This record gives sequence, structure tokens and C-alpha cells, in this order.
Amino acid sequence: MAASVSASPDPALIALNRFGLGARPGDMDRIAGDARGYLKAELRQADIAMIEPDDQAGDDLPGSTTAIETSMAANFQRKLERDRQAATNAQSAGSAQPAMGQAQPGMANGQPGMANGQPGAAEAAMPNAQGNKPVPPVEARLFQAEAQARFDKALKVNAGFVERLVCFWSNHFCVSVAKDPLVRASAGAFEREAIRPFVLGRFSDMLQAVERHPAMLSYLDNRESVGPGSRAGKNRKRGLNENLAREILELHTLGVGSGYTQADVTSFARVLTGWTMAGREGRLGEPGSFVFNANAHEPGDAVLLGKTYPAGGMGQAEAALNDIARQPATAHHIATKLARHFIADDPPPAAVDRLAKVFARTDGDLRALAATLIDMPESWSAPLLKMRSPYDYVAAIMRAVGQGPKKDPRQPLGWLAALGEPLWQPPGPNGFADQTDAWASPEGMKIRLDIAWQAARQITDIGNPSEMLDALIGPSTSADTRRAIAQAESKQQGVALLMMAPEFQRR
Amino acid sequence: MNLLCETPTLSRRSLLTAGGALFAWAYLPRFARAADNRDPRLVVIVLRGALDGLSTVGPIGDPDYAGLHGDIALALEGPHAALPLDGFFAVNPAMPVFARLFGDGQAAVVHAAATGYRERSHFDGQDVLESGFSGPGHVATGWLNRALESLPAGERVARLGGLAVGPSTPLVIRGAAPVLGWAPQALPEPGDSLAARVLDLYHHRDPLLAVALQKGLDAERMARDDSAGAVPMKPKGGLDSAAGMRQAAQGAARLMAADDGPRVAALAFDGWDTHINEGGATGRLANLLGGLDGAFDEFQKGLGERWKDTAIVAITEFGRTARINGTVGTDHGTGTVVLLAGGAIRGGRVIADWPGLKQAQLYEQRDLAPTSDVRAVLKGLLADQFGLSAAVLGDKVFPDSAAVKPMRDLVV
Repeated sequence: MAASVSASPDPALIALNRFGLGARPGDMDRIAGDARGYLKAELRQADIAMIEPDDQAGDDLPGSTTAIETSMAANFQRKLERDRQAATNAQSAGSAQPAMGQAQPGMANGQPGMANGQPGAAEAAMPNAQGNKPVPPVEARLFQAEAQARFDKALKVNAGFVERLVCFWSNHFCVSVAKDPLVRASAGAFEREAIRPFVLGRFSDMLQAVERHPAMLSYLDNRESVGPGSRAGKNRKRGLNENLAREILELHTLGVGSGYTQADVTSFARVLTGWTMAGREGRLGEPGSFVFNANAHEPGDAVLLGKTYPAGGMGQAEAALNDIARQPATAHHIATKLARHFIADDPPPAAVDRLAKVFARTDGDLRALAATLIDMPESWSAPLLKMRSPYDYVAAIMRAVGQGPKKDPRQPLGWLAALGEPLWQPPGPNGFADQTDAWASPEGMKIRLDIAWQAARQITDIGNPSEMLDALIGPSTSADTRRAIAQAESKQQGVALLMMAPEFQRR
Repeated sequence: MNLLCETPTLSRRSLLTAGGALFAWAYLPRFARAADNRDPRLVVIVLRGALDGLSTVGPIGDPDYAGLHGDIALALEGPHAALPLDGFFAVNPAMPVFARLFGDGQAAVVHAAATGYRERSHFDGQDVLESGFSGPGHVATGWLNRALESLPAGERVARLGGLAVGPSTPLVIRGAAPVLGWAPQALPEPGDSLAARVLDLYHHRDPLLAVALQKGLDAERMARDDSAGAVPMKPKGGLDSAAGMRQAAQGAARLMAADDGPRVAALAFDGWDTHINEGGATGRLANLLGGLDGAFDEFQKGLGERWKDTAIVAITEFGRTARINGTVGTDHGTGTVVLLAGGAIRGGRVIADWPGLKQAQLYEQRDLAPTSDVRAVLKGLLADQFGLSAAVLGDKVFPDSAAVKPMRDLVV
């Protein structure tokens, strides 16, 4: 095993790398021997999890309702434009030609190519009014502004423990921008509205906020789910979609194999019918906002996990979510994932146990769970074996250099995609992997090398790599790493070596 | 129970069931025929998200199919007519390459197939499919890697190892046997000096990272130095897009065609979880199937002379509901298809012990009932291509599966 794994890892390195997003120049000195205190200070900082208007990009960011409304309006315009083009083409090709607008039946919002993650019409650059310089579609602009704000925040925070918690919960309750233009437009707002306000709050509050957010209702198809016995279900030929119900039980709360049945999934799907979003025409409410559509809600009592939930409109699912959030299986599922993320791929059972007990005792107080992680001896004694995830690696590079993207986040976004962790675009609703094997792959390591080289070459005022090493890794650096960097053939090569060193890759 | 049924009809089930015992005899693996210069290759494509087998290869001869699959059912009439395979089944019109190969006797379908997993979690289902264990919870090694490991040391296939395509290694090929990693990428190349120094540091400090990085560099070099001298590949799309699938297959074929290239490869394509607006002959699923079809095409083109020795198998964690759901999609189900292609495949057949689609015939009254075990197909391929014995297959490669016999005669 790696010789960098000493019996007692340096607490400052643990605070910055295992808990945080890596050292910026000067962070090692600021810790000044009190690693636990440094982390706890971050937990006490007011609004530490929020992206505030005074954050660089924060004032340009609309809420999800506006973002979605804008996207729906743009989508409608694109459709009109396609229909107009099709009509023109059909005319010029003679009347025998069928209209192109009908070539893609069954696609979400008539938007070919987007539902499966391919760049489609919404992704293609649209010519602006002048007709020459193309501007990206509004969904791409919103996505990039949100990404920029996240990178800004990652650079600004002292340790980045709370940002790591944001990433953890954002991955736990993930949505994917590959779903459709609407999710691309609102994935960042989803994180700001449903995740950030609650990362140091109550789990059940986060759960309620997440499951009613239009981005989640779209991603897991609940928008379209209709109770078969509801008025809408009887009038139209639409019906139940059990996707959201299943993933809430399997991924968001109880965990797979915890004892719920197919009947529970179907019953919960009925309970969740009516949780939807107001459409472009605003018949149900402000376009793009969450609404409860009583017409689509399955009437009647429902039995879920052995308990009867009386008919009660929107409150039926709220009550069910509140109960599920407090199930022992949920406490154990969340405790296991947290311990795996912060301590080890196979977390010590005692650590999982303690986190689960705190979850149960505090009614899912996530600030208490974060403090417990800091207090647990396992957090400070486990060897530094886990690989930094691609996001942690990219953030650590930006913090090491002391600079992130200024206005255009496309380079770090490209790095994340190349490393297999594109921002807000996991391959499935279970999010990205959280185990070392997934990231220490041959292809992944090769790409990390390419990125380290690219990042090192872009530093304009590059300093002495050995001094950078002292500032970023500190006294526990191995002699081998120290020597390799000192003997580098250029400053750029030395910095790239630093970014590839085991001390920089593992946490 | 694994039964061959070239022109399945609803009435043949009992007849074929009775015939099953005939297949118990021992047989000579095709691998043993050194005289005809065979150099077998195996490609495993994992379709993550649960493929709707009934929209991929539609049982259009089943009187209950059109009613259950509703607006997205395949049909032999209309502007997007399905491509008939035999009198009973037809393949999605997005797959003309597969249909052509089927006609040439180089593609086959196993229908109403499933692994031994009977719950409906994607992630557990994929773990079972890829690990080869009978239940979830085994995520360290995959069956394809253990198959490599089970070959005699120094034997050509074992020596040349496996190939994993994509930024992360699919579980199916993870394990102790050597595996190359490769994915299309386009970042500026660092010099060899930096790579050598990082490798040297890893050799001293972090042997695991040394192995991973070395393999990544080797794969990149092989892809760059290939004799075709093609330009470096830039990513064209993710592995949930048609262009990305085609490109991944193109790169894998190029590496596998080389005399010293890997003989076994694993690819994972995403995006098959079609809960909503799935589409039938056109639309979302059809786009993805077109990508898979393009991958078959690229393998045939890229492997050249070696296509005749190649077997490709596409598998998924489970199927989808037989009846469409309330949002013109399908929810998680059970039975689905296994697609086989390649010059080594004894094709032109839909292999199915067709269970029927009447309400009482559906698994838990909702899913296509599984009558073939995916593991039987995989065992049959491993036995025929690489000569692995039923004992090794039933113990080490697919633990505790001795009761699942290898499906015979999949390979020419």
C-alpha cells in the first residue's frame, strides 16, 4: 500500500482535503494547529451554504420559476421556428413532402434529441437578430452562469467543508441536465433552492423541498404522472408513472433492500400524483412553479409501508414523506453514505452506527451530523486512501492556483466531462460513484495527467513549485514527492507533478 | 431452461420443454479447433437503464402485443415498419444493420431473457448482471474479468487481457486480470517526461495509481500508433448518444483488430431508462437503438478479417413493463432481449421459449415472464469462444450457478 499512508495523517491535511476542497495558498497557516476548530468555525458562519447576491455571479441568477418559464418560452419559439422552416421547405419541395415538424412523434415537448442527452435543437447555437454572431441557447447560458457561481463559491470558502456537503447532498438528490432543456435551465437553481438552504438544517425539510422542485418532478417524470382514478385520468388516456416514487424509496430515503415492496412503490406513486409544475400557459399557476393539481391526484386513502394515509390532497404525500424521512432505514442509509463519503469506501460500522443514532436522536439535524463527523476519531485516523472525485480534483486545482474561471467556466466544465463527472449530469438517479475504484481508473488517471499539465501551463506568474508544495500539502509530504518536484525540469512540470502527487490525489 | 426455437409459436412451449434434456451432453468447444486458425474475440455491451425488449424485437405475431404496448408497439405496416426477422418477431426499424446481419446468419436474438435477479432496482440489477453473482452486493469483480482469470496462464486471450471503453471501468470487466482503459478524448498531450516522472513517483509512493496510470498511457499509445494512422479521436458525444456509441465501438474495434490487441472488451451504453415518451419505431428509444446498431456496424468494419471470429453480446439489467404506463413509457420490468452479433454467431434465429403476453402469463401480471437465463447465453459464449468448462463457469465465473447450463450452439 502507498507509503504516504502514515499511522496518523496530518490533521491540517485531513481538514483541507478529506473534509474540504483543498488548500489555497495561506490556508495551512490559517489552520494554525486547530484543524477541528477550523472546520467547526465554517459550520457557524451565517449563510455559509448560500450563494449570495454579493457573490460574483450571484446577482445574475434567476430563481427556478423564472429560469423554467424562460426555457419554456424559448422552447416554444424554437418550435414555431422549426414549424415555419418545415412549412417553407415543404412549399419549396412541392406539396407531396410531409411536414418535418411531424417527423418526431413522442418526443418530450416536441424537442428531438434532448431527452436522451444528445445535443439537439436547444443546444445548437441560434443566430441572433443580426443573423451572424451565434448566441448559445438560453438554457446553456443559465447553466454556465450557475456553474460559474458554484466555482466562485468553491474558491471563496475557507475550508470548503460545507461546499463538500452541498456536493454530497446534490449528488444524493441528483437531477440530470441531459433530461431536457427545462432541467438544464434549472439544475443550478434546484441546488440553490432545494439543497443549499437545508445542508445544515433538517433532512425532512430538504426532502420536502427536493421532491416538489420542478427540476426533480421533471427529471423523475412525476410531472406527467396522473392518478388513474382522478378526473384527469378518466378524461385523458394518461396514467401512473412510478419513477419518482421508486427512487425516493430506493435512493433518497430508505435504501434498496430495506423491506418495501412493489405494492408500496405503486401506492406511493398514486399518493404523489398531482405533484407537478405549472405549464407555459399558466393554467394551473405561475408558469414554471410547483403546483398541486387536484384534478390529477388519485382520490382515496392509500396504504404505504403498512400505514394508511387518508385522502387529503397534497397533504397525503407530505405526510408520507415526513414519515419516511424518520424511518430507521433512512437514518441508516444516510449514515452509511456520509461515512463512506468522508471516511472510507468500507466505513467502520461503529462510525455508521454513531451517525445513524445522531440522525435518529436529533430528528435528522444535518448540522449535528456534520459536527459529529468532525468529532469522530475515525475521521482523523482513517488512512488517506479515497481518491478525490473529479469535482474535488478540479476545485483543488483552482484553489491551489488561487484562481478560477473569470467569466467563462467552460474549461473546468470540460475537465469534469472528460473525467466522467460532468456537472449536474450523472448517468442515473443514483448519482456519481463514491468509491475509489470508480475514479482511479486507467483512463481517469491519464486524463488527470493531461489536466494537471494543462492547468500548470496556464499559470502566468508561476512560483517555485517546492514552496507551493509546502503551502498546499505541508510538513507531511513524503520525501519522494518532495524530491520529484524539486528535480522537475521546469516550474510547469513541477506544478503538474504536485497536482499528480498521491498527497494531492488521495484524501 | 434454455431452449432453441427458431420459429416460435405460442403452442411450441410444452414440446420444447420436453426436449431440454437432450442438451445435456458434453461438447467440444470451438476454441479447440486450432487447425482453422480461429482467433476468437468477445465484446460485451452493457445497456444501462433496462432495455425495453418488446420495443427492440417486437413479438408482432403475439395477439396481445399491440394492445399492451399501445402506441409504441412495433408493426409491419405504416411509415416506420419494423423489419421482420421471422414469422413472429420483427426488429425495430432503427436497427437496419442488425437486420442485415440477421439475414446473413450473423446475428441472433434471445428473447424473454433475464438474469436471476427479480427485484427492480437498476443499480442492484446492474451489479448482478455485471458481477455474475446471483444476488446484489458483490461489486469488486465482474464475470468477464474472472473468465479471463480462469484461462490458462500465458494462453493468448489471457495474456493480451481485456479492454474497458469509457472514462470509468464497467464492473463487468473489473478484477485481477489485466485490463486496458481507453476513451476518446481531446486534451493537449503532456510530454513523455512528465508522465515518466509521475509514474516513477507512483512506483515509490502509490503502486495502485502507478498501475492505473501506466495502463491509461498504454491504451492511449496503442490508439495513437495504430497502423491505420487515423487522426486522434475527439469525443463526439457521451455514451448515451448515438454518435458516442458509434465512436466508442470504432475505437474499441481498432484496438481489438491488432494482432497484439485485447481479445475481450466491455462497453457500457447509458440512457435506456425510458419511463416517459419512450417512442417506438421512432423517438427516444429508437435513437438509442440506432446508436447500438451503429456500434455493430463499426465493429464489423473495424475488425475486418477478425469479424469472422468475433461474438458481440448486448445485455441489460432487466426489461420493462409489458403494458405502457400512464406517460407513454414503460416502468421497470423483468424479461427482455439479449442481442448477439458477429461473424462467429450462428445467427438468423430468434431463440425463445415464448411465454405469451396474456395477463396471467405476465410475470407478476406486469412484465414479460423470463424463460431464458442471461447467464446461460453468456456461459455458452464463453464456453464456445474460449473453451471454459461448465464447472469453471458455474463456480468461478458465475458463482453458485451450476444449475444454469450453458446455452449450446450459439457460435458457428
